[in-house]
Amino acid sequence: MKQVLTKAYRFILVLILLLGGIALERFGVIEYLSDPYELHYTLSLIGQHMILVAVSMLMATVLGLGVGIVFTRPRFKKYAGLVMYVVSLGQTIPSLAVIALAMSFLGIGFKPAIFALFIYSVLPIARNTLAGITAIPSWIIDAAKGMGMSNARILFQIELPNAMKVILTGFRISLVINIGTAALAFLIGAGGLGELIFIGIDLMRPDQLLAGALPVTLLALLADYLVELFGLFLVPRGLRLKEKFGA
Amino acid sequence: MHVIEYITTHKELCWRLTLEHIWIVALALFLSIIIGVPIGIAITRNEQAAKKVINTANILMTIPSIALFGILLPILSLINQGLGKVPAVIALVLYSQLPIIRNTYTAITNVPPELVEAGRGLGMNNWKRLKEIEIPLAVPVIIAGLRTAAVMSIGIAAIAAYIGAGGLGVLIQQGIARVYEEMIIAGALFVSLLAIFVDGGFALLERLLTPKGIRIGRELSR
Repeated sequence: MKQVLTKAYRFILVLILLLGGIALERFGVIEYLSDPYELHYTLSLIGQHMILVAVSMLMATVLGLGVGIVFTRPRFKKYAGLVMYVVSLGQTIPSLAVIALAMSFLGIGFKPAIFALFIYSVLPIARNTLAGITAIPSWIIDAAKGMGMSNARILFQIELPNAMKVILTGFRISLVINIGTAALAFLIGAGGLGELIFIGIDLMRPDQLLAGALPVTLLALLADYLVELFGLFLVPRGLRLKEKFGA
Repeated sequence: MHVIEYITTHKELCWRLTLEHIWIVALALFLSIIIGVPIGIAITRNEQAAKKVINTANILMTIPSIALFGILLPILSLINQGLGKVPAVIALVLYSQLPIIRNTYTAITNVPPELVEAGRGLGMNNWKRLKEIEIPLAVPVIIAGLRTAAVMSIGIAAIAAYIGAGGLGVLIQQGIARVYEEMIIAGALFVSLLAIFVDGGFALLERLLTPKGIRIGRELSR
């Protein structure tokens, strides 16, 4: 049964790839991308897209981790519920609305786009950092205290490593959403791969449209995969083992 | 505030677009329940299949929404439906599969085995156990999945305005195109409020549909 299923799954995958290839040829994407000028243009848009994502993600990670850490300290712990509420409220706001609001308050260009992406990406990271650190059993922290660890050492050697898995999930969600939302940044004049997609839709040119849509999709899938892969190295070995044996 | 002025003078437009938005999301949600819940229940019988189905849904979810519209457009224009509500609803249904399938699956696999055993002891057959024990206990978690799906769909439906699906995204799209600030803010405001209201509504539904026994048990354990 298991083998039949795996085989069927692989068969479907190969079929999809094959059909995808035929579709690419039929819609003229390959022709579009083999034009050196268009290829160069597409590559520069990919670069722009990645810069948008990288800058906003860097800022979002720093702030998200910061918020998560600050609101789990004893002094600010009482506000953690409030922060969590605000963050989950913020997450229900659609991405297009955030981009549009950034434009109406900050104008057009690169900076408003970065700001909108940054604000929107902070939320999952902050939420998961907060949730991850809060979920650590109190006896682990008590044990650390009993061993005479200072607060800073408890944070860096106990709390963050134990919460790392949850934080990484937040980072991954945030990154994938960010890559998708960065495609909308074109609407407020920040470029990126959205340029090919939106102009392609307006001109009804499937080749240009797909030349934008496929790299965005691949970028998102690749980012998702890479974070999952390299994230493993950041999770302490003990926690990894536990999962392997299904504890 | 100019925004309030804009809304009062364009009351009918805002109202019509809001209804259109709700209509797209509701239709998509309805279709994704019909597709997703049975799949979620079916895969509880086979762990391997479950893994594959959930992974596939996960990959679908990773595809950025505007890119998915872009990919669907040339494919659907073969049957002359490249623009408009059809690709929007298809995309929304695809995106909603992950939260719905995953929540249905986890909800049903998390039903305590002793309850299912008790059902078997009472002489219930497979189908009856599913109907009377597993599904009622799973409903709150399934509703939680619907809640995620609905909120996400509202956001994605806003982007679908760019492929001509209508809805509140039109205000944002037109507003950006005309650099008409009040229009943008009105659109963003309505979409956000709609998402927040739907989120709250589903949270309430989730609580109402939790079987009484579980609710009391939860309150006691608190």
